[in-house]
Amino acid sequence: MSEPTHLTLAQARDALKARTLSASELTQAHVDAIERAGELNCFITKTPELALKAAKESDSRIARGEAGPLEGLPLGIKDLYCTGGVRTTAASRILDDFTPPYESTVSGNLFRDGAVMLGKLNLDEFAMGSSNETSAFGPVISPWRRKGANGIDSAKIVPGGSSGGSSSAVAARLCLGATATDTGGSIRQPAAFTGTVGIKPTYGRCSRWGIVAFASSLDQAGPITRTVRDAAIMLRSMAGHDPKDTTSVDAPVPDYEASIGASVKGKRIGIPKEYRLDGLSPEIAALWDQGVAWLKDAGAEIVEISLPHTRYALPAYYIIAPAEASSNLARYDGVRYGLREKGRDITDMYEKTRAKGFGAEVRRRVMIGTYVLSAGYYDAYYVRAQKIRSLIKRDFDLAFAAGVDAVLTPATPSPAFALGEKGSTDPVEMYLNDVFTVTVNMAGLPGLALPAGLSGNGLPLALQLIGRPFDEETLFALASAIEQAAPKINPPDPWWRDGATRP
Amino acid sequence: MSVDSAVVRRIAHLSRIAVEDAEVERLRGELNAILAFVEELNAVDVSGVEPLTSVLPMNMKKRADVVNDGGIADAVLANAPEREDHFFVVPKVIE
Repeated sequence: MSEPTHLTLAQARDALKARTLSASELTQAHVDAIERAGELNCFITKTPELALKAAKESDSRIARGEAGPLEGLPLGIKDLYCTGGVRTTAASRILDDFTPPYESTVSGNLFRDGAVMLGKLNLDEFAMGSSNETSAFGPVISPWRRKGANGIDSAKIVPGGSSGGSSSAVAARLCLGATATDTGGSIRQPAAFTGTVGIKPTYGRCSRWGIVAFASSLDQAGPITRTVRDAAIMLRSMAGHDPKDTTSVDAPVPDYEASIGASVKGKRIGIPKEYRLDGLSPEIAALWDQGVAWLKDAGAEIVEISLPHTRYALPAYYIIAPAEASSNLARYDGVRYGLREKGRDITDMYEKTRAKGFGAEVRRRVMIGTYVLSAGYYDAYYVRAQKIRSLIKRDFDLAFAAGVDAVLTPATPSPAFALGEKGSTDPVEMYLNDVFTVTVNMAGLPGLALPAGLSGNGLPLALQLIGRPFDEETLFALASAIEQAAPKINPPDPWWRDGATRP
Repeated sequence: MSVDSAVVRRIAHLSRIAVEDAEVERLRGELNAILAFVEELNAVDVSGVEPLTSVLPMNMKKRADVVNDGGIADAVLANAPEREDHFFVVPKVIE
């Protein structure tokens, strides 16, 4: 058997069940891999002692025949999920040493099913970013590197964002899978950048309770894994009704793993012509055509569709998401938890605390959100954006009503870029990363990104499947058909193991 | 629409975020870049369109109107930057 860290989550599960590997061995292998990967900066908080203790308990449950569906499987948890007794930062200074006395519902569901937590994964501050460069704990580095004419280029590549710690850690084999969250593409874009699989389920499929809120009408939890099957396994445990989140849906959670390898014959796949943007890179266009060919070969029927309001999704998102964020982030005032800066009076204390605690991107978005919600601008910006959101959703409703089962698009307009390469002068340049993913959040639909090839410079490229509400099963079936057909992508060489590890 | 430095200061104050004089000009540029980006929404005809407030056709669920949690003041206060007994302490707000 290869190194335990190179097993897929499903393989590790089966090895534990067959007792050819113990949860303690599996967890120790991951703890060691994390220790040697300090350079990637994937973790904000590592919890090796807790992990090894949990693994030992898993081993005894396995021995007693009481194993849960994820028993003994080591995972990383995005540091936006509150974890009982373990510091939770949202990658922001403003939360300081905040240690939740409670557990988020979704992480709690994973632990209920036996999963082992290795630690808390880095992210863009409050999940606002597309490159993991806005974290107060430093950027995450992707395990991938570009190939140039003279061999490997040592430029540090971003893992995408906001779930960059999750995507990098999964791609670098530091955990079998990771939790993530997606408000405009924060699961799918980092998965696309790192050759991993990410699914944002339908809005309401997973509870948002205990996950630090960014934009409540758009936020959803989901997994990042190395295979489609692994994503199906994790999502089944994460999903489910929660009375503590009124938007969580009271509907049974299917056994998503049963959809892996299911026939996709006769499925109607919509190809939205509006996604063929002016200036779409030929490499991405070719990948998309290849995806169409794979699904056609698997027996699916391909139809061109029109989603006419696509181009307005991103600008409308940059009104709605900051508006909700400005409201959600009002709670960080230095009174009940987190950072407090001294001030002359209470307003001065609030203003100094928030100026020091929030990073530049968060301050920018809170201010934009405050502006579009302020008297005199509310109708012109916020209400108009909400109306456009209705039109975006209607585009998809009409396509599905016409018999389309799922939509196939590229996941991102480009492969990953190097640190500092984008958005330093114009924030909008970074926002354009989410142009293909953000429509899905606006319409509340499930979307899955999976690797489909490599770029000319050796970086992963991905396709996105968009499904009907609560039809994640069709996405898993289609994704596993693409996964079967796509060329196998070799994991990146572990160059980071050579360097000295940071403490 | 675009914002001038007075509006930047006003938004910052409404947001309860202190800004240094030196930051105002940079923020003005960044906020205007975002406002220019969302400008194209004005091209959409939204007459007769209802604003979307929920992506799911669902009614707000209501729970029984009973106390179902509480008595955990220590846990509530555990992360407070400043506390006294079971109270959050803030700078004086009434003279």
